[in-house]
Amino acid sequence: MKDSPAIEVHGLVKRFRREFLKRDYTTWKSLIIKPFQKRRAKEYVTVLDGIDFTVQPGSTLALIGQNGSGKSTLLKILAGIYKPDQGQVRVNGRVSSLIELGAGFHPEFTGRENIFINGTILGLSKKEIAERFEHIAAYSGLGEYIDAPVRTYSSGMYVRLGFAVAVNVDPDVLLVDEVLAVGDEAFAHKCEDKINQFKREGKTICLVTHDMGAVEKYADEALWLDGGRIAAQGDPRRVIDAYRQKVAREEDSIRRGESAEAELELKSERWGDGQVVIEEVRLLDAKGNPKAVFQSGDTLVLEMDYHMPGEPVEDLVFGVGLFNAQDVLCYGTNTHIERLDLGGYPRRGTVRVVMERLELVQGTYFWDVAAHAKDGRAYDYYRRALSFAVRTPLAEVGVFRPPHQWQVTPR
Amino acid sequence: MLLIDHLRELLRHRALVSALTGRELKGRYRGSILGFFWTFLNPLLLLLVYALVFSVYFRVKMDHYAVFMFTGLLPWIFFSSALMEGAGAITDSGSLVTKVLFPQQVLVVVKVLSNFVNYLLSLPILLAFLLADGMSLDYHLLAFVPVAAVHFLFTYALCLALATFTVFMRDTRHILGNLLTLWFFLTPILYPLTQIPERYRFLVNFNPAAVFTLAYHDLFFWGRWPHWGWLAALAGLSLVLLYAAVAIFEHYKEYFAEKI
Repeated sequence: MKDSPAIEVHGLVKRFRREFLKRDYTTWKSLIIKPFQKRRAKEYVTVLDGIDFTVQPGSTLALIGQNGSGKSTLLKILAGIYKPDQGQVRVNGRVSSLIELGAGFHPEFTGRENIFINGTILGLSKKEIAERFEHIAAYSGLGEYIDAPVRTYSSGMYVRLGFAVAVNVDPDVLLVDEVLAVGDEAFAHKCEDKINQFKREGKTICLVTHDMGAVEKYADEALWLDGGRIAAQGDPRRVIDAYRQKVAREEDSIRRGESAEAELELKSERWGDGQVVIEEVRLLDAKGNPKAVFQSGDTLVLEMDYHMPGEPVEDLVFGVGLFNAQDVLCYGTNTHIERLDLGGYPRRGTVRVVMERLELVQGTYFWDVAAHAKDGRAYDYYRRALSFAVRTPLAEVGVFRPPHQWQVTPR
Repeated sequence: MLLIDHLRELLRHRALVSALTGRELKGRYRGSILGFFWTFLNPLLLLLVYALVFSVYFRVKMDHYAVFMFTGLLPWIFFSSALMEGAGAITDSGSLVTKVLFPQQVLVVVKVLSNFVNYLLSLPILLAFLLADGMSLDYHLLAFVPVAAVHFLFTYALCLALATFTVFMRDTRHILGNLLTLWFFLTPILYPLTQIPERYRFLVNFNPAAVFTLAYHDLFFWGRWPHWGWLAALAGLSLVLLYAAVAIFEHYKEYFAEKI
């Protein structure tokens, strides 16, 4: 069996009848009232469209993709719960799925009784469960609660018990669907240990997750599903990178669409006497394209169009302020502070602030922009004029992100 | 063959069937003070209610009426509650269908089995009442085994078909509830066969529920062998029904996980 792949998928297509999705049930009533009405032509939604991949025994495959991209459907097909409409799916060896933890748990039964029921559902014989019982009970870490009814458990305890049974099924192929995201830190460590143990034992693992850290840590290969097709496949780092870029692009366009509508809802305020009016404020990337989601380190360009409706104003300062989601002023400057003499301003013009490298930690930020006199009298002060987001590959904390390196030297 | 495969799958998962049946039986009264004792207490109280209504208020003119009625009522309760629960066996199981893989007929057979076991557990009470009422029990009780077997087969076949229908048409169960009430009164459970006008009496034989009810009457109450011919006919009908139900069930089962 070592020679043949653990999982083989060729030309897999899965469709759902639209009816199923809309919960548009046929009822006896509708049959009786309109017996001769032509049944509506069946509409299908293609959820998986031409999927091909193989997984070698002992390797770990991570399935990534946005919600609704077909990851879980694919996992259910591998588990045999859904049937493919076209194509072949072959899974060699005993499969255990961590798709549902604690399947068939009865709330009134004790943890002990539920271990037997759940274990049987997962395909263990009574003897196998009895042999592993002590191990499962110890692994769940429930202690004396093992003899208390499951309804008295916290959700964490419930999951721990379900996980303890599922991982003790001793599968050749393990299918995991986002279950690792629950539970406390100790539980997360246990999951991690268990997955590493499975990897050492040469089991094949297929993992659905949104935790890219986990993908990098465990996966030998990643498969990115996008709208039911394979968007990228191969080395996890490369696939994750491609996936992240796509997500950032989409987020960007959504944010831009929203900010157009939500500009007014943005708790923005404006005041000033109107001698100078800021007409439009834009965020652009280095090439001058509108952008709302930046990677840390990207170039950011802030542009504001202004005009002077009345007399030309000589005493004019342009300023910007950068705030984070906690309303902390991260950075503020203006042309006066920087002692810039940009010379007589045209009556109509565009002021451009170019930030070569935007070194910020991940989060949402806001811009304040203003045109005011040197003594602070506002012509047009536009609070929270714009919002944008910063994405970073690492989850650092704080306000700004100084470029840095770590070094260790012997002494 | 489809039917053989279907049954073989059940046999292969017998550990699961027994675990889930146990869960069903034990779970029903778990958390109540009297617990499993309710399994006996429920039919006992039911008997008292019926005995009160029909012997004291309605006054049916028949000797040993209470036990007669009880003899037919217990198998009917098994039949109707297995049908009601069996119809929802797939739709009510939620994640057991959508997230775990095992042959789904297990869920149906568990509903039938758990109700059947309940029925068996209520039999000692029936026997005790028969004896207390001065009836004698004899070797004709042996006929219980084939009668119950046919009865079980018939019930399972119906449940299998109903469970499939319910997945696609949720109304099935509501309709079933009312049909069962009608069926109950069409079956000679509350009244002896002689109450039916002679000209129409032959029609009873076309009611499968009447066939097993009369058979139970024969072996428990009248102390005689059931009508083997009609019983064989019911067995034949059950097999045909089972074959059809299995064909329907197996054909549609791949959609169950998507549909519920």
